[in-house]
Amino acid sequence: MNKEAQVQKMTDMMAKFVGYTGKKLPDDVIAKLQELREKETEALPKVIYDTMFRNQELAVKLDRPSCQDTGVLQFWVKCGTGFPLINELEGLLKDAVVKATFETPLRHNSVETFDEYNTGKNVGKGTPTVWWDIVPNWDGCEIYTYMAGGGCTLPGNATVLMPGEGYEGVTKFVLDRMTSYGLNACPPLLVGVGVATSVETAALLSKKALMRPIGSHNENERAAKMEKLLEDGINAIGIGPQGMGGKYTVMGVHIENTARHPSAIGVAVNVGCWSHRRGHIIFDKDLNYTITSHSGCVL
Amino acid sequence: MVEYRDGKKILVTPISADDLKDVHIGDILYLSGSLTTCRDVAHRRVVEEGREIPVDVRNNAILHAGPIIRPLENDKFEMVSVGPTTSMRMEKFEYEFVKTTGVRVIVGKGGMKENTANACKDFGCIHCVIPAGNAVVAAVCVEEIERAEWRDLGMPETLWNCRVKEFGPLIVSIDAEGNNYFEEKKIEYNRKKDEQVEIISKQVGFIK
Repeated sequence: MNKEAQVQKMTDMMAKFVGYTGKKLPDDVIAKLQELREKETEALPKVIYDTMFRNQELAVKLDRPSCQDTGVLQFWVKCGTGFPLINELEGLLKDAVVKATFETPLRHNSVETFDEYNTGKNVGKGTPTVWWDIVPNWDGCEIYTYMAGGGCTLPGNATVLMPGEGYEGVTKFVLDRMTSYGLNACPPLLVGVGVATSVETAALLSKKALMRPIGSHNENERAAKMEKLLEDGINAIGIGPQGMGGKYTVMGVHIENTARHPSAIGVAVNVGCWSHRRGHIIFDKDLNYTITSHSGCVL
Repeated sequence: MVEYRDGKKILVTPISADDLKDVHIGDILYLSGSLTTCRDVAHRRVVEEGREIPVDVRNNAILHAGPIIRPLENDKFEMVSVGPTTSMRMEKFEYEFVKTTGVRVIVGKGGMKENTANACKDFGCIHCVIPAGNAVVAAVCVEEIERAEWRDLGMPETLWNCRVKEFGPLIVSIDAEGNNYFEEKKIEYNRKKDEQVEIISKQVGFIK
């Protein structure tokens, strides 16, 4: 296959995969929602979960996006330096989003800032968002896809705490956000927390944390303990599905961290809604693919 | 009118103030009849510009939403995907909007505040939440889009006048007495949050 045909093939596959993730949730999210659904006993959360599951069934059956807000597309790329399409990758992801916008269809969610007009194609200056991690001495490419809807983008926040505020300050920062903005962000939420050295390092990690599979833990023992404490703590507030009350408010809390300056604790929070449309696909150098997020998905 | 079918309580338009007397916050309802999408700019036109709303919503329902619509032939449309948008954005306008238009049921996402609660109390109206993120469930309750007005506002903001059947579930967040589900819940959530911050803080003193 020549380069042009390869680019076309990967563009088509990514467009299909993006469209698919808008119609069917990843396996781990479905399993977690099922678990939380079974644990609720009151009428209100039960009715809400019944609606959610019926919606996901209908979306697949009628081949429509399960939520009307198909978000801004974001890609987290881990690309080997030897991947044959490394030079074309960013461009082809943009083309894939345009293609998916018309074929799926996706809502038009890209408004140029300052000029303030909707491009009508879901792409614009810097959108879709593409974050790069370069992997030396590898010829494959791993891509996380994510539809960042408006409702669950709004709670995002980052700050730098003084060390005197400590991890107690981190706790308060995260929990305050849950009761002020979490209600409208379509809980049960997946909560990503970045603990690092500055606003941008923490913010990036808080979104990266949402790419981790539900049920995974930070490899640092204390960070993992804090994930559990925050998860139990937010659940105990009782916000529940749709913010209307229930036993469980989160699908999980994921912390990602780096070292910090002795004088600063950078902290950020990002949330994913219950309709957490994350995908994960790995390509080898011949464009054979493996999808880990959605079993049974064939492109 | 109020109907009961298969254990469901269904409000059927036209709805009277009397129909809402036994409706309380936390109740689960369904809606059949006339439902019109109405959001930011339409509220501004009615309240600030003083323009007459081209779809009569008196004794009917509005939905805070911007749907995905597919145009069909002969000026007809299909509802592909529709879900509620954050109602709070309309809070600023809602008292005057209810007063002017005589709408009985407002459907959206999340809570609203005292402006809307006062309107509900003064004019006999309710605010309900339809669980968000369920765009296909909501779309299949739309039997037909009967009219499309103020089309100059573009697809999300056009007034899409729909005939719906058992649209829901709708969870009552403000009732016609002005009781406000979310505002009551928020007090409870904030109290519990303070307790949890204290409990967790005792276990994360990692800087020593």
